[in-house]
Amino acid sequence: MSDGSARAQAIHAGDRRALAQALTLIERGGPAAKALRRSLVPRAQTRVIGITGAPGAGKSTLTTALALHIRTRGLTIGILAIDPSSPLSGGAILGDRIRMYDLAGDSGVFIRSMANRGRYGGIAGATADAIRALSAAGYDIIMLETVGAGQSDVAVADVADTVLLVESPGMGDEVQSIKAGLLEVADVIAVSKSDRQDANATLQQLRALVQMQHADSDAWTVPVCGVSAIANTGITALADAVLAHGEWLAMHPAGPRQRRRRIVALQRALEILLLESLSLSPVWQDALATLDQPNCDIEALAEQLLTNWRATPQPN
Amino acid sequence: MNDASAPIRVLVAKPGLDGHDRGAKVIARALRDAGMDVIYTGLGLTPHMIVEAALQEDVDVVGLSILSGAHMTLLPRVTQALDAAGLADCVVVAGGIIPVDDAEILKTTHGVDAVFGPGTTTDEIITFIRSAVAAVRAGRA
Ligand SMILES: Nc1nc2c(ncn2[C@@H]2O[C@H](COP(=O)(O)OP(=O)(O)O)[C@@H](O)[C@H]2O)c(=O)[nH]1
Ligand SMILES: [Mg+2]
Repeated sequence: MSDGSARAQAIHAGDRRALAQALTLIERGGPAAKALRRSLVPRAQTRVIGITGAPGAGKSTLTTALALHIRTRGLTIGILAIDPSSPLSGGAILGDRIRMYDLAGDSGVFIRSMANRGRYGGIAGATADAIRALSAAGYDIIMLETVGAGQSDVAVADVADTVLLVESPGMGDEVQSIKAGLLEVADVIAVSKSDRQDANATLQQLRALVQMQHADSDAWTVPVCGVSAIANTGITALADAVLAHGEWLAMHPAGPRQRRRRIVALQRALEILLLESLSLSPVWQDALATLDQPNCDIEALAEQLLTNWRATPQPN
Repeated sequence: MNDASAPIRVLVAKPGLDGHDRGAKVIARALRDAGMDVIYTGLGLTPHMIVEAALQEDVDVVGLSILSGAHMTLLPRVTQALDAAGLADCVVVAGGIIPVDDAEILKTTHGVDAVFGPGTTTDEIITFIRSAVAAVRAGRA
């Protein structure tokens, strides 16, 4: 079943093993992944929820609680859990499943762990394709749990319909996600571990921040929900908020916020494609050859490379 | 990235609710440091849950740490369920406290590929996994 379209057919028919193998193919990238991508037909009604927030914020635990709740509404769920690769060995420990114990054995849930391979652009591309595969397999809701650190997390907004930001209480005066620029991409904010006493202060602080940010243009008001996965409180309200955002999006597909997002997503997709095709071109090899010369001017080299590339006949 | 050079994916589980998972964590870290992607599932998964996870994660290897003495029931149930799920290709390794005689039976009649006793070094485990997975992948190509 190496043929992209045969595999795609099996995925469309709900073959879980074919889906799992496809996700491996997608992670590895290359021509086979590209061929598969073209044969996969994602379903229009799929909703993608990106779950972001600092490591330890409670993303995996909350993802599980939300998924359990959403399952009671009769929807099926695909979960993509991304963890960092070790920069030294390239290997990774993908541990999100530990928290997802209660979902194990539910045939309406498909969980896949993915290492980010330390490549920002690469993982964004692979993530988008993995979401496409889960959608083609028929999962109604796709939950994407991000690494929770660095720039790549802002990119969750490129692939998610709804971005859920998880903030744990008592992180000091500064809310963690302001630094990371995550607050701007959040559609719904959850203050996790609300069984803890310091949760209320964080809740108030975030509500104030959100009011300042969204006072103008946007019609969607970002809800800030207190939740505890352990005490099982606030989960229903959070699920309502997340699903309500999906409905709001369906009614306002062309708002300025969505447009901004789509432009950035387009830019990033282009970046990946351009770099990929450039690196396959002979002008790239020429540039690599000059790279080690003493006093090599990188800027000038990049410009020269682009000029040479434009002059090369392009294959389609 | 082709099939032969792609990172090896390993599911590490500790079935049964008794005991701790210190040993499993040490192995998980060693495998990561050897460049593998380790899906760590923690304690208490049933054989059915382990096989379902192995299927979703499309792993090359299932590694089980068993300290409870239930290896003669748990391991055959895992390998049987793997076969039934079409995952007979999956390399199965077990670690923990497993008597030599039991280990022999598990390997000869229950499809367990290797049993690592308490004295085994992580290097031995890594070497075994690498060559077993290379053999499976070569057979597939
Ligand atoms: N008190 C409390 N602790 C929680 C709650 N949710 C998660 N935690 C703890 O927070 C830690 C990190 O949780 P995890 O879901 O792995 O966070 P992630 O790294 O963001 O995925 C774990 O020790 C959890 O037990 C909660 O609702 N209340
Ligand atoms: Mg997590």
